[in-house]
Amino acid sequence: MRTILFLLQKEFIQIFRNRIMLPVIFIVPLVQLVVLVFAATLEMKNIEVVVVDKDLSDVSRRMIGKFEGSPFFKIKDFTFSVSEAEDFLRANEADMVLHIPQGFERELNRENRAKVQILLDAVNATTAGLANAYASNVLRDFNEQILVERVGVLGGRIEQVRIRYSFWYNPDLNYKIFMLPGILVILVTMIGMILTAINLVREKELGTAEQINVTPIRKYQFIIGKLVPFWIIALFELCFGLFVGKILFDLPMVGSLALLFLFASLYLLLVMSIGLFLSAISDSQIQVMFLVFFFFITFVLMAGIFTPVESMPDWAIKVNTINPLAYFIRVMRMILLKGSGFSDITREFYTLGIYAAVMLLLATWRYRKAA
Amino acid sequence: MKRFTGFVIKEFNHILRDFRTLLILFAMPAIQILVFGFVVTNELKDIRIAVLDQSGDRYTRDITNKIMSSGYFIFDGYLESTRQIEQKFREGNVKQVIIFEPGFGHKLIREKSADIQLLADASDANTANLVVSYTSAIIQDYMMDLRKKTGGNLQILPEIRMMYNENMAGAYMFVPGVMALILMIVSALMTSISITREKEMGTMETLLVSPLNPLQIVLGKVTPYVALSFINAVTIVALGYFVFGLPVHGSLGLLLLECLLFISVALSLGIFISTMVDTQQMAMFLSMMILMLPTILLSGFIFPVENMPDILQWLSCLVPAKYFIIIVKSIMLKGTGIAFVWKETLVLVFMMLFFIGSSIRRFKIRLE
Amino acid sequence: MNRKKTVIRVRDMVKKFGDFTANDRLSFEVYEGEIFGFLGANGAGKTTALRILCGLSLPTSGEISVAGYNVYSDREKIKKRIGYMSQKFSLYEDLKVYENIRLYAGIYGLSRKYIRERTDHLLETLGLEGVRNKLIAELPLGWRQKLAFSVAVFHQPSIVFLDEPTGGVDPITRRQFWDLIYRASQDGITVFVTTHYMDEAEYCDRVCIMEAGRIEAIGTPGELKGKYAAKNMDEVFIKIAR
Repeated sequence: MRTILFLLQKEFIQIFRNRIMLPVIFIVPLVQLVVLVFAATLEMKNIEVVVVDKDLSDVSRRMIGKFEGSPFFKIKDFTFSVSEAEDFLRANEADMVLHIPQGFERELNRENRAKVQILLDAVNATTAGLANAYASNVLRDFNEQILVERVGVLGGRIEQVRIRYSFWYNPDLNYKIFMLPGILVILVTMIGMILTAINLVREKELGTAEQINVTPIRKYQFIIGKLVPFWIIALFELCFGLFVGKILFDLPMVGSLALLFLFASLYLLLVMSIGLFLSAISDSQIQVMFLVFFFFITFVLMAGIFTPVESMPDWAIKVNTINPLAYFIRVMRMILLKGSGFSDITREFYTLGIYAAVMLLLATWRYRKAA
Repeated sequence: MKRFTGFVIKEFNHILRDFRTLLILFAMPAIQILVFGFVVTNELKDIRIAVLDQSGDRYTRDITNKIMSSGYFIFDGYLESTRQIEQKFREGNVKQVIIFEPGFGHKLIREKSADIQLLADASDANTANLVVSYTSAIIQDYMMDLRKKTGGNLQILPEIRMMYNENMAGAYMFVPGVMALILMIVSALMTSISITREKEMGTMETLLVSPLNPLQIVLGKVTPYVALSFINAVTIVALGYFVFGLPVHGSLGLLLLECLLFISVALSLGIFISTMVDTQQMAMFLSMMILMLPTILLSGFIFPVENMPDILQWLSCLVPAKYFIIIVKSIMLKGTGIAFVWKETLVLVFMMLFFIGSSIRRFKIRLE
Repeated sequence: MNRKKTVIRVRDMVKKFGDFTANDRLSFEVYEGEIFGFLGANGAGKTTALRILCGLSLPTSGEISVAGYNVYSDREKIKKRIGYMSQKFSLYEDLKVYENIRLYAGIYGLSRKYIRERTDHLLETLGLEGVRNKLIAELPLGWRQKLAFSVAVFHQPSIVFLDEPTGGVDPITRRQFWDLIYRASQDGITVFVTTHYMDEAEYCDRVCIMEAGRIEAIGTPGELKGKYAAKNMDEVFIKIAR
């Protein structure tokens, strides 16, 4: 125990003495947290539309007015040539072309049906899909409106379904409170995993690890000495990040914070053990860095932080059973936003616990005092 | 020049000798593009929906069937009462609950009006928004069909064309993004680390007293990485083409040139980082910290920049990956030439010159 | 000589790295309290042998005991009784002088009070009181080496292993360094030192000369000079190496 205290003292002195390290650990992540949560939105505000109205009729003008009135669309320009309109799409200057062909109104009156053409820039399939849904909605509303007018003249009524939405846990659809825990998890993990991994290999490369290896120090003492400092710093960072989230973004904290931190402690232990293991199998900082980079980015992009897990293929969902971030992000959102209790996250808790124990043992086993 | 070539060859050998790093360097981008190309997507798929059907008539069943057969959703089961909703959401699997009011079909036919409630788990606001939009679109479609049968007939038929991506493949969006992310981080990390390594090991001083001037030393260290990164870029484009079916409508030559330009920007950024820090640890941490999240979030990789608040739209102008992604999409998917992307290209060139210029200045200050 | 107690006993020690044999059946003994020099050109296998004795590396075969313990089974017990200083500089550069001493002494289980007292005493004898609060990175190489040695013997081990301790140091500092070695030796610490400076060999009680993984000669500097009819150790070495 005394030996461990001496080691911890040393690690902390080294961390706090490094003048660049501290701002990078504390300030850069928080700035990113505050700024980047705003970025993670799929909310479509300004779908820019180029209109090709070849009909120039009363109905076509009303239809365009309907688009103008929608909060999602912004009429960017009018033109009479479809190919000119397509150039807007090609140059990334518009997202959608609304083409009302000549004779639209006449056909609608005579045949009861008429076509409009919508061209979407579908390079981003998701936003194109969403724009499509919105545009179809606008058209359907308009359709219903003119139908009601016409049937109303004849004195009848048409069937209508009133759809009412309600968004639970987040009635304003505030994407920030969803993203903030996600980005926070990334930052905290970065500190835990990367710094731990690099720290050990750095000592190998500088030669100080050898001096330590020739002392009667125990493996577990050494590992604890390497784990605890960044473990504390990462937990502190998490605490700080949640505080900032509460103050600036009114992040809900419905569930128990104690449970959250209990889970976070376990999670950090796991990712730090992974970091230690990777550093134990590497000889140089370059190697460990690429290994960590590989696992870290893969974990981050697969965890469902930015894109929904449900959209992923089945094999990816299976791979996610070994992705620590996937567990933590899920549990963190459940506790914070929905107030889930221990009974809701029992499975995640034990899985992570066993996983952490295994990785810790593996890291300790793989760490060699003698070659 | 001959001395310089010798130095570059030495650096090459140095990198090639470390087999493990080399393996990671080449295998990693390939694996990542394969994984992310399939995984990173916003498309709705297999969203679990529970239904509370208090009416249980022909119409509610038809609507339920129509929703579930759309391909976006999975039927999780019927709920017995409103009390179960909370529990379902808390467990976290069900994302939406559809509630039909009692006597739905009866009301719809007699009173011409009936209620459907959509409850979405909006802790993920983005997904909730998609889910609700898609569900109501399906319900509205059903109503159109229904009216056609009952006589109220007046239809505006939207004819939708998905330009440049008829099958709505998510990969079209994400492959260019992953490409930018990997090239950016791998290139910047490699240079910043390899230069700080020399500093940390004290070998930088040895190099500085050699007859090579500082610019040559830095260029010598970077040149091999330009080659390595370029191979990575080609691998990624090839995988995009063969695995994800991303077309190259525009000029392949131009595309590769732009890749080379982007790599150079990333490498010069790496050099710039290495002039700010003294240890590999800090170089790596700084590269990851300041590059990873902005490159993912502010480049239009996952979230379209146009939807962001103004401040972030301005900030995104500082992210090199943003321009690269625009360029790649324009050339590959829209088949446009330099006439459409010269602005973005110019910005990248300017960024590269800026990083190299600042690095040289900082380098000189340190030497004096 | 045989009256003395043996503290290191090596018999047929072999270390292979793949096909390459770094140590080829080495056998020698080191006696308590002596300064034992391990000589050889770079790559002769000195450091490999020393690392095995310190428990940093495992031998391929051979019977080896250090301070009465077997290097296969009791490496951790050996480590309690030895000190080590390597050619790579091994103090933490971003720690201050006293912080380095405190760390290593603490690892060996010395009490904080004792460490404080001994540190003051040590810095005084080294004439380094003024740099107590300086970072190692700020010290000149010679001072660091002396400090590293003092840290290696701070816990009063029975054997101290020095791996090319004077590499890159000026002649005066080297002289001072050897004074420290003599002092440690007088305190009863056995010194095992590798070097490729032949003049340093003269300072050793006994030397062992290695060439391409084998021991070519072993004995006191006087014996070796007599045997090879040489004026100094330099000549002995050149004759052997040829």
